[in-house]
Amino acid sequence: MDRIPILKLGRALLVSIQVDIHDRLAKALEEDLSERIVATGARGVMIDISGLEIVDSFMGRMLDNIAAVSRLLDADTVVVGMRPAVAITLVELGLSLTGVKTALNVERGMALIGSGQYEEIDGDDALEGGDERNDG
Amino acid sequence: MSATTDEVLPIRESDDVVRVRQAVRVRAVAAGLGLVDQTKIVTAASELARNTLDYGLGGTARIETFTGSPERGVRLTFEDNGPGIPDLERALTDGYTTGGGLGLGLSGARRLCNEFEINSVVGQGTRITIARWK
Amino acid sequence: MEDGFATLSKIVGERESAIVTRWRQLLVEAGGSGRIKDAEVEKQCQDFLASFVAGLGGGATSATDPAFAKARELLAEVSRSRANQGFTPTETATFVFSLKEPLFEQVRASYPDDAARVASIGWEMTQILDQLGLYTMEVYQRSREDVVRRQQDEIAELSTPVVKLWEGILALPLIGTLDSARTQVVMENLLQAIVDQSADLAIIDITGVPTVDTLVAQHLLKTIAAARLMGADCIVSGIRPQIAQTMVHLGVELDVVSKATLADALALAFQRTGRTVVRKAIAKG
Repeated sequence: MDRIPILKLGRALLVSIQVDIHDRLAKALEEDLSERIVATGARGVMIDISGLEIVDSFMGRMLDNIAAVSRLLDADTVVVGMRPAVAITLVELGLSLTGVKTALNVERGMALIGSGQYEEIDGDDALEGGDERNDG
Repeated sequence: MSATTDEVLPIRESDDVVRVRQAVRVRAVAAGLGLVDQTKIVTAASELARNTLDYGLGGTARIETFTGSPERGVRLTFEDNGPGIPDLERALTDGYTTGGGLGLGLSGARRLCNEFEINSVVGQGTRITIARWK
Repeated sequence: MEDGFATLSKIVGERESAIVTRWRQLLVEAGGSGRIKDAEVEKQCQDFLASFVAGLGGGATSATDPAFAKARELLAEVSRSRANQGFTPTETATFVFSLKEPLFEQVRASYPDDAARVASIGWEMTQILDQLGLYTMEVYQRSREDVVRRQQDEIAELSTPVVKLWEGILALPLIGTLDSARTQVVMENLLQAIVDQSADLAIIDITGVPTVDTLVAQHLLKTIAAARLMGADCIVSGIRPQIAQTMVHLGVELDVVSKATLADALALAFQRTGRTVVRKAIAKG
């Protein structure tokens, strides 16, 4: 049985959904993701749906589930690449996907991960008024 | 109004839902529906096919293209011999759900279609006909 | 019923060229066909007559029968092309109706001493041609509607261009009334532009929209919701005082930031995308 591949991209995990996803595949994805989040300490999960021609309530549930599980594992979920026709249809369908953040593409999506939590601290301004290179 | 040949697809397992989606997409394109209209009818079909599988315990989907007069479009009929829907009014209201999740999708699917007709008898089954045209 | 059709079919088969000649003559007299080349008219007449005979001989009882499918197809073509060329409905329907006279002439010539027979066949002939004539009208009507709709779409596209104000900032200046069809086109254009230009923000300016009722507001809200689902956001600008009042009275709530002018909206957009505008001193002398 195929499983959807999960790639590591910086502090995030990237999943690209290209095909018509059926129940078994969705379940497998949810399991694999939670496992990988913990294993890699990922701060975010990026789901690229630019290959999807439709998103129905089943898919919506899957995305919400992934987001909820990720949240419990301290990771953000960002859905990227939604096609206009899909967005219009989802609005009509009444699916609001409140649990997920969305971005236009992977690049924008990365900016959303971890934002509003800890900021990456540069070596230079780590300690206020202190010399971080104290020995001993 | 002239209808072209219709096809009937079984809905017995989740792979069938995918097949129904693909078949509807092909028909919608052939009927000349624009991309957004295609997306709407295929999404509605996906919702209802899934319902037929999950709640109707399996059934069939009849796909028909109608061309000629006055509209060109696709008509779908989902039929099952499942438990039926007890409170139809409620099921057609937003947010109603028996299983965990985003509802039976009936009200949403209805919004996506130009035509929506539902017949359901408890203990006998359900038949839903939807259509989308140009 | 079939007997009449069978007889008719035989008569047409035997006297085809006489019928076509007379038919074309009548079409010319009726006028309008001067716009179509003679050879083309002749071909249309012959083709239709052939398919008509086929339908009559195919056991059909009415014009909607599958046996007449080819005939209907041909009529649809004739109808559509005439609609596109700007023929009047009457001119288009005349194509079918003027076939009655030559057919009836031939029926009478075949049964000169049997008035009852002639009447009976004539009646069936007139019924089937009426049905086909009405079908022609319907197709014509639909073709005209298609033309109008295409034109409307073009107008919608032309009158609602999506403008790039800055890197990642789009503007959609809406002008005129917004009906369902137009709003759909507008919505799709905006969303596609957002994707194409990777825009973070779209400013929807409604200064040029005379009224905003619940329906228009709903369309706007759907557009904004769709943009947000995709990962962009919107700002509405140009709400005039009257519109603001109407919306409040109608209970319409726009869950989006709104600014009085496009300029204000642009300023906000710069701010939200982390940009500052700095005025440089102009060197004097």
